[in-house]
Amino acid sequence: MKIAVCVKRVPDMDVRFRIAADNTSVDEAGLKFDINDFDAWAVEAALQLRDKNPGSEVVVISLGPDVVQETIRKTLSMGVDRGVQLKADKVPIDGLPIARALSDEIKAGGYDLIFFGKMSPDSSNGVVGPMVAEILGLPCVTAISWLEIADGKGKAKRELEGAQEFVEFPLPAVLTVDEGLNTARLPSLKGIMAAKKKPLEVKPAQLQPSQLTVRKLELPAERKAGRVVGEGAAAVPELVKLLQVEAKVL
Amino acid sequence: MANVFAYVETRGADVRKVGLEAVTAARALADKFGSEVHALLLGPTGIAAKANQIAQYGADVIIVVEHAALANYNPEVAAATAAGRIKSGGYRAAIFSTSAQGRDLAPRVAARLGASIVTDALSLEVDGDSIIVRHPMNIGKVIATIAIDGTPAIVAMRPNVVAPARNAKAGRVENAQPAVDPASTRVKVIETKQGGGGKLDLAEAPVVIAGGRGLKSAENFKLVEDLASAFGNAAVGATRAVTDDGWRPHSDQIGQTGRLVSPELYIAVGISGAVQHLAGMRTSKTIVAVNKDKDAPIFKVADYGIVGDVFEVIPALTEAVREAKKHH
Repeated sequence: MKIAVCVKRVPDMDVRFRIAADNTSVDEAGLKFDINDFDAWAVEAALQLRDKNPGSEVVVISLGPDVVQETIRKTLSMGVDRGVQLKADKVPIDGLPIARALSDEIKAGGYDLIFFGKMSPDSSNGVVGPMVAEILGLPCVTAISWLEIADGKGKAKRELEGAQEFVEFPLPAVLTVDEGLNTARLPSLKGIMAAKKKPLEVKPAQLQPSQLTVRKLELPAERKAGRVVGEGAAAVPELVKLLQVEAKVL
Repeated sequence: MANVFAYVETRGADVRKVGLEAVTAARALADKFGSEVHALLLGPTGIAAKANQIAQYGADVIIVVEHAALANYNPEVAAATAAGRIKSGGYRAAIFSTSAQGRDLAPRVAARLGASIVTDALSLEVDGDSIIVRHPMNIGKVIATIAIDGTPAIVAMRPNVVAPARNAKAGRVENAQPAVDPASTRVKVIETKQGGGGKLDLAEAPVVIAGGRGLKSAENFKLVEDLASAFGNAAVGATRAVTDDGWRPHSDQIGQTGRLVSPELYIAVGISGAVQHLAGMRTSKTIVAVNKDKDAPIFKVADYGIVGDVFEVIPALTEAVREAKKHH
């Protein structure tokens, strides 16, 4: 099997973000970056399939400036066979040019499966995976939390609101990965050493102009400080009164 | 004419609340253009009976696509049918929902049209030739104002940010066929299991009761479920710690990697308030927290807090809510 995984380098979210002087971007000073969690689970899914199917290959593709090579190297140290950087000055906010550039690269690869994370927390649009599927005319299952591939066919589970859906699909296919599918392996020391010798190809990304423009970034209004109504079950009548009279939600 | 398209989400033969929200958002946009709203109502045989309801919320035209095999969401049929209609109708904008279904559908439609899309939109405005949306980034810690310059602009609204509003229009019905035969689609649903947060969707429920590690076991989630049933309009959610431990399915997880909710009322039961959980619920209108640790970070975002043992407080609250509901 030939498997592609598209990954994105994203900032650690456990910080207080600052808006840059241009008012349209986040100040990256001091931020720590790593692979998007959903993409790491996608890499893990691909590696598990490769290990079950001898002769398979896993290729990681990432679009962005040279710093994404660090993210690609991390996946190589997890066990991915080779990496491709689609070089671009920056990653646009518009998912369409990204999906088109990735599709150009994937189209020629003859992949049986193309994995994405279901979304990335920074741009928070979650559109690139299904867009690539449509551009390439491939079947697509989004937000999967269970997967089985056998005899050229796949079965997956996706969690909908209040229901779980089990689907069957032919290969080649595009899958986007939700939490719960697996736990991503950590790179081993041996893996980190081996990754240094693995191929990482750099190509220019064919990016069409973005039709989305960020006009402004803002920090959301802080919630006003809360109040403690009281302690224990004795505080319940007061809480209920506040929910009825003040918040008007009961 | 810059008409606006709305996709009306259905489940079985019912219109979902997010479907009415999409029509309401499209109506407000069309009013700015002085144009019409055309709503696509796609579902199983009998869905045509809902056309009048869609007209009540402001659709000038309702395109009804009925097919016996469309009781479940079928991505390939929905995407091909919506994209075909948006293309032939020459719409200025197409409005979807950022529900599980909408997250899957809207980007497919956008790709088919070669159009750009913003999901999880918090607002929808017009400025000159651009459609302007507000969109949360970095798990809601940054809010972007984005101009969409391409046509059609594809926008998926966040559930619960637009209240469905009546604004009755004539609602001319046009009947149409699915753009592809449902029997020919490549991805087949082989089984659907009901479960998880109950009948009400977490993203749509006006009240969400969420439980954390403070509940100590999967069995004790009964306390949370009882409180939800006392409200009658509440869905049950959980923290990542709880879903990772298998006490609840992953689909119930509220937070950075899970569901994003913004209900009228959010009650956090035994939840400390880790940043990754707050990312999923901080836009809730009213937040209540019950936790035995008075220093838990959840109290910093809670409008009302009770410091105490959830095993005492929650049954008392459940009883009080039942009483309050009786007198309504």
